[in-house]
Amino acid sequence: MNLNTDSLVPRGADGQPLAEGSWHIPSMLLKSPGLLALGEQLGALVDDGEPVVVLTPDLSFSNGLWAFHERHPERFLQLGVSEQNSVSVAAGLATTGLRPYVTGFASFLALLCCEQIRTDIAYTRQPVRLIGHHSGITFGFYGTSHHATEDIAIMRTIANMTVVAPADHVAMGVLLKAYADHPLPVYFRMGRGREPIVYEPDDERIRPGQAIVHATGDDLTIIATGTTVHPSLLAAEELRAEGHSVGVIDLHTIKPLDEAAVVAAAQGSRGLMTVEEHNVYGGLGGAVAETLTDRGIGVPLLRHGIRDEYAPIGPPTHLYRHYRLDGPGIAEEARAFLKSGRMTSDVR
Amino acid sequence: MPASEGASLTTSSEVVERIRERAQFVRLETVRLISIAKTGHYSSTFSCAEILATLYYGVLRLRHGDPQWPDRDRFVMGKGHAAVGLYPILADHGFFDPELLDGYTRLGNPLGDHPDMTKVPGCDFSSGSLGHNLSVGLGMALGARMTGRDFNVYALLGDGELHEGQIWEAAAAAGHYGVGNLVAIVDRNGYCLDGKVDDIITIEPLADRWRAFGWDVVEVDGHDVPALLDTLLRLRDGAPAKPTAVIAHTVKGKGVGFMERDFGWHLGWLAEQDEAAVIRELKDEK
Repeated sequence: MNLNTDSLVPRGADGQPLAEGSWHIPSMLLKSPGLLALGEQLGALVDDGEPVVVLTPDLSFSNGLWAFHERHPERFLQLGVSEQNSVSVAAGLATTGLRPYVTGFASFLALLCCEQIRTDIAYTRQPVRLIGHHSGITFGFYGTSHHATEDIAIMRTIANMTVVAPADHVAMGVLLKAYADHPLPVYFRMGRGREPIVYEPDDERIRPGQAIVHATGDDLTIIATGTTVHPSLLAAEELRAEGHSVGVIDLHTIKPLDEAAVVAAAQGSRGLMTVEEHNVYGGLGGAVAETLTDRGIGVPLLRHGIRDEYAPIGPPTHLYRHYRLDGPGIAEEARAFLKSGRMTSDVR
Repeated sequence: MPASEGASLTTSSEVVERIRERAQFVRLETVRLISIAKTGHYSSTFSCAEILATLYYGVLRLRHGDPQWPDRDRFVMGKGHAAVGLYPILADHGFFDPELLDGYTRLGNPLGDHPDMTKVPGCDFSSGSLGHNLSVGLGMALGARMTGRDFNVYALLGDGELHEGQIWEAAAAAGHYGVGNLVAIVDRNGYCLDGKVDDIITIEPLADRWRAFGWDVVEVDGHDVPALLDTLLRLRDGAPAKPTAVIAHTVKGKGVGFMERDFGWHLGWLAEQDEAAVIRELKDEK
């Protein structure tokens, strides 16, 4: 799609663009390639003949749907600041053969609309796609109202729901397309669209339901999802340079979980570490722990993430440092884990 | 029900009599099914018996035995707790085997207290959580526009259900987009679970509220079959430019004297002797 982004640029009274660096809501999109890509990816689904309808609760700039609206206004439904209504309207649209995509901040979509999602979409088996962007603590100092460190846990306990957290917008595009015909609902968990790129376009390893094994390691395997994949890869490099044998798995599909990949990692490494921008309860770490316990696999597991608390105020990158969710922080956590009694004890 | 050629055909006394008889059938079947479950929503169902019968035997464009016909009019039951009155009608339309009614609420039977569209053929949407189905109906009505079909969507809402905020989110959007193929029917029986709706949290001025959200409003006696039929057929065939709220003034427990006088019958069960008396009362009335 070749969109003219001129209209996104902020202009002064004389109609001229403001100084480099000034920004407002529309131009923020230009700094969020992942979100701009989302609008284009959804537009491409329409071009492919998919019966896509995109719904937004007053967030078309915040989530890049502006690009979709430019291309396919007839498939775009603006519902204002009414997330719960949007989810239930999507359910009704789906009954008429359309394929609705509801987009919104993860905090409001997954938490505020949890019951509409369960009752109107999942229980009724409607093929609605929910795209929760700005998940985890990506909103930084906007505060806890705008954070979602519970959404994976909520979504994975909803029967009929698939839960996917792509690491970057390349993976998002591939998985969005791969799940286009899925007969049941899907929850896509996104960051804020500024995540570093992990994958080359058309990387054939990106397949729904299949973990991507970036590397195997005898000492430790880091299992990450969504926004934590890139920093986990950085951490693994750092640890390898120190002589540790460290693997990394991108477990983008959290439900259904690629259990074989988790078991293989548990059998191939002395320890496992899950890394998620989410409460350590009920999310990726919880899902991995359940898989191991169900199979009686007694490998040491460190569940790294937000430890059952609300984040302090701070810019996103500062919060990642605070929570040791950036590359160096993940490496530091891993080092401590490798040295700990849990890894060296004979009591396994 | 074929599309009407003119009001005189569809509002004929024969049709009206048939609807009245089917409303009585709904009440009697409700009593019978609740006797199986040993718990159920008698009075909420009795208040909307004429509304259900008018829709299903006089208004909705349906095909007997074909619950998935894409051009059918849709009915969503916001007040899902009245599903016990809907099931006998759906069976009557050949959407499923009426024998299933005999196992109402028993283990593995598709028919529960609240309707499940994945289990009940002819149920256009599941419900039970109040406040959701006007949004769902709006989605269906917009879907008709987007897919080029001309069906209408009728949403039956309880008056207590109007306490839910999501109702007004849907109302605002439907008004904004002028969704004329959406009709909300408010079963204004005056009571919710804890007592009088307007004593708990008033929903008045109800007609003005809907109008303020961009809707047309019609007020009607919800037990007056000719009036209901006339109102709903005008909306069906008139291609209105706005969504319409039909405020149907009804009596909770209509048809059974002691239920009409006691809001506690929102939920309950009748022992054999009392059930027999209620059946006699319902049969004598018509």
